[in-house]
Amino acid sequence: MSTQEYIESGILELYVYGKLNDSEIEEVVKMASQYDEIRAEITEIENAMVYLSGSVAPRLSGKNYEDIKQKLFGNETKIVELKPDIKPKSNISQYLGWAAALVFLTGGGYLYQQGEIKNKAIVSIEKEKNKLQEAVVDLELKNKANEEALALVRDSKNTIVPLAGQEVSPTSYAKVYWNQETQSVYIDGAGLPEPPEGFVYQVWALKLNPLTPLSIGLLDDFNGENKRIFAVDNVVEAEAFGITLEPAGGSASPTLEQLYTLGKV
Amino acid sequence: MTQEELLPLIYKKDDRAFTLLYDMYSKSLFGVISNLIKEREDAEDVLQDVFVKIWKNIDSYSEEKGRFYTWIVNIARNSSIDKLRSKGFSNSQKNLSADNFVHLLDDNTRLNNKIDSIGIQEFVKKLKPKCIKIIDLLFFKGFTQQEASDELEIPLGTVKTQNRNCINELRNLLQVS
Repeated sequence: MSTQEYIESGILELYVYGKLNDSEIEEVVKMASQYDEIRAEITEIENAMVYLSGSVAPRLSGKNYEDIKQKLFGNETKIVELKPDIKPKSNISQYLGWAAALVFLTGGGYLYQQGEIKNKAIVSIEKEKNKLQEAVVDLELKNKANEEALALVRDSKNTIVPLAGQEVSPTSYAKVYWNQETQSVYIDGAGLPEPPEGFVYQVWALKLNPLTPLSIGLLDDFNGENKRIFAVDNVVEAEAFGITLEPAGGSASPTLEQLYTLGKV
Repeated sequence: MTQEELLPLIYKKDDRAFTLLYDMYSKSLFGVISNLIKEREDAEDVLQDVFVKIWKNIDSYSEEKGRFYTWIVNIARNSSIDKLRSKGFSNSQKNLSADNFVHLLDDNTRLNNKIDSIGIQEFVKKLKPKCIKIIDLLFFKGFTQQEASDELEIPLGTVKTQNRNCINELRNLLQVS
């Protein structure tokens, strides 16, 4: 059985679910240690399951995290018993004893208070740390998205089609990155103004004689985190690309009066 | 962060390890638990219990026995079922809630991440009902292939491949969204 057939058999999904018996597990572990693609497949299946189950989970309050930490690491305070081991001999030493006790108590109270303040500081630092950690993960994801966008745009197999601004909006521009090998198309919409509320840009692949527009997608989520690089549908054949402004949801055919940018391949 | 990077930290009981472990898996485990246990408080109890068990029993996990994630999801399912039993629910797996994981998205307490949940609903809705069922039974509820084949009335031999196709569909949706 080839590794591809092995992957396609569906055994790796059941491995991640925990549905295999010992000898089957042993086999998967062995295969995974030999073949990178099997290891990669397992990771992807696992990520999909983590994502799916995590995204249907109800919101989880931060208190759970604190509670578990408390259960695991606690902050046990040791109780030290104080017993006088000699009876006071004289009144003076008794007073001295009381005075010492007072000093001790006040000092103890002060230390306790300081301790509380420190504890609170630790908790808030801990929270801060969690927030930072989340921020780092966020940034990494954004960075990855940026790198991906760059890699797409930089691909040497791309045909780059600059789209120039038209009558409605002469200052607009956009670029189409068309990878003719994979037929995938990316739009750089950085030169388009923000669409008005209730409208969306729609991208068209055009054949010129006769003029036949084919919708290849909407530039949804214009202010999202994609740096205005949009993936649209694959295109096999096109002689030009155009972008029009359409009511939200897009239109069946382009509203030519609202043609923002156009460019020939 | 992957399992391979996380585990050595947990073994060392490195103080970052717990936070990382929690960050990586708490939502997923809470999803699995909440699908089995309707009462929010009970579900949170189980979640806490599960993390304590993972932490205290980490030495009984070994990579030859399968994925770390598989191990912890198993703990989550089993702890949930124990909780249900202790509350007097029947111990038959078949009597687990008829609801599948999609119903979790209707929960009103999600209000805080409403926008988020709309996006998720969109992609979950794109999964075929057949796929929701099969993933729900095998992964979320821990049915065996035989039990899933009985429940769904599909031949035992096709459970594995049907599930594979469904997971492929899920992965495609995740890439698009």
